[in-house]
Amino acid sequence: MSEGEGMAKAPVSTLRRVVLAAIPVLIFVVLAAFLLRGLDLNPKEIPSVMIDKPVPEFSLPPLPRRDDKGLSTADLKQGQVALVNVFASWCVACRAEHPILMDLKERGIVAIHGMDYKDKPEDGQRWLEDLGDPYDLVGNDLSGRVGIDWGVYGVPETFLVSGDGRILCKQIGPITPKILRNKILPAIEAAKAGRKVTC
Amino acid sequence: MLTIKRLGLTLAFLGILAGLSSLALAERRLADPAQEARAVALHKTLRCLVCQNQSIHDSNASLARDLRQIVRERIEAGDSDEQVIQYIVDRYGDWVLLDPPFKLKTLALWFGPLAVFLIGGIGMVIFLRNQGRRAASMKNAAPPLTEEERRQVQRIIEEGDGQ
Repeated sequence: MSEGEGMAKAPVSTLRRVVLAAIPVLIFVVLAAFLLRGLDLNPKEIPSVMIDKPVPEFSLPPLPRRDDKGLSTADLKQGQVALVNVFASWCVACRAEHPILMDLKERGIVAIHGMDYKDKPEDGQRWLEDLGDPYDLVGNDLSGRVGIDWGVYGVPETFLVSGDGRILCKQIGPITPKILRNKILPAIEAAKAGRKVTC
Repeated sequence: MLTIKRLGLTLAFLGILAGLSSLALAERRLADPAQEARAVALHKTLRCLVCQNQSIHDSNASLARDLRQIVRERIEAGDSDEQVIQYIVDRYGDWVLLDPPFKLKTLALWFGPLAVFLIGGIGMVIFLRNQGRRAASMKNAAPPLTEEERRQVQRIIEEGDGQ
């Protein structure tokens, strides 16, 4: 009798052992998944709260020798999808990003506006003269206050703005060819087609 | 003659240094000490976006200086502490708060450590209890020695194990 009971119990305890052995493995898999994801995350990138919100009310003066009128909220509500690129002449990463903006301008896919952030207007002007000017409109944000209203905390930053002046997407740091291909171009396409932009 | 010239140069250099450092420190403080104290208290709760994990009170980044100034302006304009914080959060999100708010999105942040502690504790209790039970069952499971074995043990104790 007692032997029979012991036999009946045996498979249950094996199952139990398997379940118990699986627990550490499961914990490892979950941890590994989180850590693997963490490899791709940049802790310096702060998620923007401006996404899906209208662009802030602002009006920036032009650079000295550009004959446009600067950049203001109204310019971003002309029914045209646009990129707003925050740059500065003192910003090294902006120099790295610049050829990509020139290339993007040449392709004529999207309007590109510039925000010359915490920069003397003359310096911003000289930058565009020396390196080339990818922008349709440029505003100079000498004090950096408009930048703060946009949630800018480092340059370069690039915002994708819908035709009715909503911020759809934000790129923090220089646009690399890979980011252009995988993030910016698909977002522009979706925005122009009126689809939901995810980025 | 030479020493005087050198002294003059040194003084000029020190003057430039002093000028530079005062330039770096140039920050308008609020005239009302109570308001300035409120501003500083708020500065200490706001995280700097450039040198992360420092408050804007501690940071030398120019953005931190701008944000300090904005806090002062909002206070001068008559905002409450909550309104000032909201002004900054509207632009940079909850991320700027060194003390993260308690909401659905931050539940894991607040309760994660407690949950891990509880799971670990429960696991330990189960493990120790099983261990105790196993020890007890092993004790019960061992059959008593037969007469033959008992004699063998007795012989080993008395004579050694034959070596």
